[in-house]
Amino acid sequence: MTSNDRKVGPIPMDASLPGLKPTAKPAAQAMRTSPKRAVERGMQAVFLLCGLISIGFVLFISVYLILSGIPAIAQIGPTKFLFGTTWASTAAEPQFGILPFILTSIYGTAGAILIGVPVGFLTAVFLAKAAPPRLAAVVRPAIELLAGIPSVVYGLIGMMVLVPAVRELFHLPDGASLFCAILVLAVMILPSIVSVSETALQAVPREYEEASLALGATEIETYFRVSVPAAKSGIAASIVMGIGRAIGEAMAVIMVAGNVANMPSLFSSVRFLTTAVASEMSYAAVGSLQQQALFSIALVLFLFIMLINVILNSLLKRGGDD
Amino acid sequence: MGTQTLSGSRRAYDRILRALLYLSALLTCALLLFIIGYIFIKGLPHVTWELLSTKPSYIKDSIGILPNIVNTVFIVAVTLVITLPLGVGAAVYLTEYAQNRRLVAAIEFATETLTGIPSIIFGLVGMLFFCNFLSLGKSLLAGALTLVIMTLPTIIRTTQESLKTVPQSYREGALGLGSGKWHMIRTIVLPASIDGIVTGCILAVGRIVGESAALLFTAGMGMTLNDLFTANGFLHSSGATLTVALYVYAKERAEFDVAFGIAAILMLLTLVINLAAKLVGRRLRQN
Repeated sequence: MTSNDRKVGPIPMDASLPGLKPTAKPAAQAMRTSPKRAVERGMQAVFLLCGLISIGFVLFISVYLILSGIPAIAQIGPTKFLFGTTWASTAAEPQFGILPFILTSIYGTAGAILIGVPVGFLTAVFLAKAAPPRLAAVVRPAIELLAGIPSVVYGLIGMMVLVPAVRELFHLPDGASLFCAILVLAVMILPSIVSVSETALQAVPREYEEASLALGATEIETYFRVSVPAAKSGIAASIVMGIGRAIGEAMAVIMVAGNVANMPSLFSSVRFLTTAVASEMSYAAVGSLQQQALFSIALVLFLFIMLINVILNSLLKRGGDD
Repeated sequence: MGTQTLSGSRRAYDRILRALLYLSALLTCALLLFIIGYIFIKGLPHVTWELLSTKPSYIKDSIGILPNIVNTVFIVAVTLVITLPLGVGAAVYLTEYAQNRRLVAAIEFATETLTGIPSIIFGLVGMLFFCNFLSLGKSLLAGALTLVIMTLPTIIRTTQESLKTVPQSYREGALGLGSGKWHMIRTIVLPASIDGIVTGCILAVGRIVGESAALLFTAGMGMTLNDLFTANGFLHSSGATLTVALYVYAKERAEFDVAFGIAAILMLLTLVINLAAKLVGRRLRQN
């Protein structure tokens, strides 16, 4: 999608207007002495600056996180930090092992994907192909609405409905657990999976499907054996996007996951990378090793996200080139 | 497996998958209906005029969310005022000026990256830079500046989309009549793509209203009514927006009625914002 934009973006000005350049040049020469030309130049610089600003922001965030995340890792030791299984930041002899957070984030995301992707994918196929247009016109805005609901609202519902239900159902002392977080995250990633997959499925050329139908395949066979394989890079992109959303979500998770730094298991209270940062940041003393370790956790999270972004970009590019 | 092995299994495949398609769409819709219904049933009875128009008072032992509403409006306004020119400018550069494909690719990659960064990271960097380094402290201004970085990609993308829909002949006509490029952009291109810019604004407002993690450490959790019209109040007052207030009331103070009331208001806002974006988007497609 983005690479498509890139192709149609700046080119038409040059490509479709070959005659413009020569006519524009004398005009520019005429303006050489006038203040108009200075304005033109100035505005071009201003727009360039606006364009560069997002690169600036990304560089700024990366550099800032690396600079503030490295000291604690260096002090604690990279292996001890990444693979230590105990997090006791406020103990008399503090320990800073973030393996529980890393594993919880990975398990939680995997669980959310496991539940959210099948439902989201099938809903996308339904919307793009199988649904009567009238029904699709009702379901589609519903999914957009689901995407717009603030994460704290998801957290509130999880906290008031899901957590007590899980406690009752599985006879636990406290329902706040990895399991609840997985369910909430699964619902939260649903909209992005549906909308990105649906866009990819809509883009499949009609001829592919017509050919398959003409050869005697049923509609459903056509959708799953022709349309879906043709849209696979878009669908993969939707999954990667879901992973990114799930791994980065903080507020909904902090309300349902219980927030104790345990090694992850399905029904125990856990902390994700995001919630580890969020839950201690407000009281960590400025400049303390504890606060710096929190920056290091954020750095680890950031590296995960950057990896996901790179994968996502290459998937989208491949989708655009097909 | 009977006598009609092939057609029987194909029929089963067809039936099962069709059922699954309908089932998952039904599940998605049921989820949404449940969420909306639950929030409204639990929340709307607590949305009273008193809740909306007062501030929390220990003396009367009452809770009001007027400060949070004011804070939300303030943050939305300040963020938009800054992010809108920056985002529209970037989109204009990308569609009208940029010649260097590599630079365009780099800018678009950066924009994509910004979209993917989780809000808690924005919150953290915002806290380090705006609150500590620029010594704004925990303040609404620091929160708004953090959200500028967050909402920039939304504005850039929607503006870019609508700039592309402006017919090339408009530009040719303007340039052919001797207009300069900036004059053409100001008088022809931008007015023609105003719908897209408005859509971008609406989406950005949605993002700001729903944001909480990035604001928790930058704008703080204050529940008092700020005087935002003095220089000091503008720069340094800290306060919780609606979402942050929901979090604080639900998680830290166990005031669930208030939390549900705020949730109902947020749901209403989300509905309105979605509807508005849809209406403007439809106008955009008609043009």
